Amino acid sequence: MRRRFSWGAGLWLFIGAAYFLIPLVATLLFSLKSNETGQCCSLSSYGEILHDPAFWKTLRLSLILAVETIVIALVLLIPTVYCVHLKLPRLRPVIGFLALIPFVVPPIILVVGLLDVFKGSPSWFYAEPYGFLVGAYVILAFPYIYFALDAGFRAIDVHTLTEASQNLGANWRTTLFSVILPNIRAAALAGAFLTLAIVMGEFTIASLATFDTFPIYLQYINQNKAYPAAAVTLIAFAITWGAMLSLLLVGRDRAVQLGGAK
Amino acid sequence: MAFVELRSLRREFGETVALDGIDLSLEQGEFLSLLGPSGCGKTTALRIVAGFDRPDAGTVLVGGKDMTRIPPNKRDMGMVFQAYSLFPNMTAERNVEFGLKIRGLHTSNRRGKVEELLELVGLGHARKRYPHQLSGGMQQRVALARALAIEPRVLLLDEPLSALDAKVRVQLREKIRRIQSRLGITTIYVTHDQEEALSISDRVAVLSQGHIEQVGPPGEIYDDPATPFVADFVGTMNRLEGTVEGDGIVAYGETRLAIAAARGRAQGERVMVLVRPETVELGPTNGDGTSSTITGEIISHTFLGANMRLKIAGATSDLTADVPASRAGAYPVGMRVQAHFPGETARVLTLEELPAPAPVDH
Repeated sequence: MRRRFSWGAGLWLFIGAAYFLIPLVATLLFSLKSNETGQCCSLSSYGEILHDPAFWKTLRLSLILAVETIVIALVLLIPTVYCVHLKLPRLRPVIGFLALIPFVVPPIILVVGLLDVFKGSPSWFYAEPYGFLVGAYVILAFPYIYFALDAGFRAIDVHTLTEASQNLGANWRTTLFSVILPNIRAAALAGAFLTLAIVMGEFTIASLATFDTFPIYLQYINQNKAYPAAAVTLIAFAITWGAMLSLLLVGRDRAVQLGGAK
Repeated sequence: MAFVELRSLRREFGETVALDGIDLSLEQGEFLSLLGPSGCGKTTALRIVAGFDRPDAGTVLVGGKDMTRIPPNKRDMGMVFQAYSLFPNMTAERNVEFGLKIRGLHTSNRRGKVEELLELVGLGHARKRYPHQLSGGMQQRVALARALAIEPRVLLLDEPLSALDAKVRVQLREKIRRIQSRLGITTIYVTHDQEEALSISDRVAVLSQGHIEQVGPPGEIYDDPATPFVADFVGTMNRLEGTVEGDGIVAYGETRLAIAAARGRAQGERVMVLVRPETVELGPTNGDGTSSTITGEIISHTFLGANMRLKIAGATSDLTADVPASRAGAYPVGMRVQAHFPGETARVLTLEELPAPAPVDH
């Protein structure tokens, strides 16, 4: 039976949509103003940004940092969460508590602490964003990836699937890669995309550690060029939305397959 | 020599003794059920055989080889779990294929075998479906095919039908038995459902509180329970408390019951006479001296399908009688009747051996 359209629900939907869309539309209109005349409509701000080598350089750096962070965090956390669910379920609250610490500790404290802790480390790590920043970002990503994976593991019967796999002759590696990973893929992706969003927007640590990442570039443009700043903001939005859309599509596909399988 | 042997298996979880010295053996091709209430240790025993748990003491031997320390993936045992255990990311076909792939079987051989097994469990048409597209019964049939695919030395079934509805349960248990007989696989079946265990097993082992109460063919377990627990757990039993008054005579309130099994018992011994409801007949005393008669009033009817279970309030205690449902109309609630049962069919146990009565299972 088709539901009747409710005016009340429609109104709330409209208010909600307006709250999010008005600033974006305003930013879009602002970004379309010409750099010379200040009149609508010109794509010159987008042209300027897209022709700026610093934009591509910082974007590339941030994307690489995000991928590196995601890979390290997943490699560290998937076996850990699997092990905790399978063998040490009593540790779940402890790890859940530890995972909250990056939320509680402000990034400025974190970066000062990390700079101090890593002071004596080799320069390939300390002086390079791929070393130091990734180290910090894995800590920042910990709660997002942990809670996403935890939810994913809770949604499947880890014990029975593991035992069924072993009973059929599979070793731990085969069980993890052929049975467990495909069934927590959506959860791992959710954590991964949250991490991507965080790394693409992280400013404090990169700034204090003096690395030129995409958010630093964004801040620079914001301070110096009004119209291109709006354009680069929308480009950043588009990247995040693209990531979220991929998550939605992949996650929906998996949800259909897993539904009712428990 | 027995094909599968469990020797003095002991397993404790903290203060709880899950298995308290289990000794059991199975011949090759035998179907044995472990029957008992929740927490009796039957699943623990099965998990130890599968290798998912290790005993604190005792050994598991298969074909004379000690398997106790061998990891589960090296045991060659197929298991069907209580929970739906199909891999959600794989189709029925790929689930069945999984074990064969691990064993390095060539693709063409795998395909033939998978097809054959899915046909065997009656799911040839559903091989491309994912677990969530299959009903509970179908999922367990795929799980059975998957367990059989690896040609296991022993098939282990851990309450595989408990999540299914009654009709599917009966159909599937018959299918399991047919397939098991056809393939001749040694099978251990865990269940808390006495009807299931009695209907499909070669032998049944009744477990209680971590130890075996009785092992025997289903008929023996039902007709000749060795312990009060078995008598109480398997089927419904009337428990009539009385005193031995003579050779084969038990005083039950004002009634004197002629019970063959009470012969040779000491005068004055307190005993419990155990009578199956289906052996109780209603009507006049037959007067031949072999029946025991109790008078009482019918207080309730419970419909059991083919039979009607009548509860009769006697002078000493209540009595349960099963009569064919078609004849139940002759015994309305409130009617006074004489209940009698053949003295040969009743069992007698010394009163001190008996545990507290369990709730009657309808």
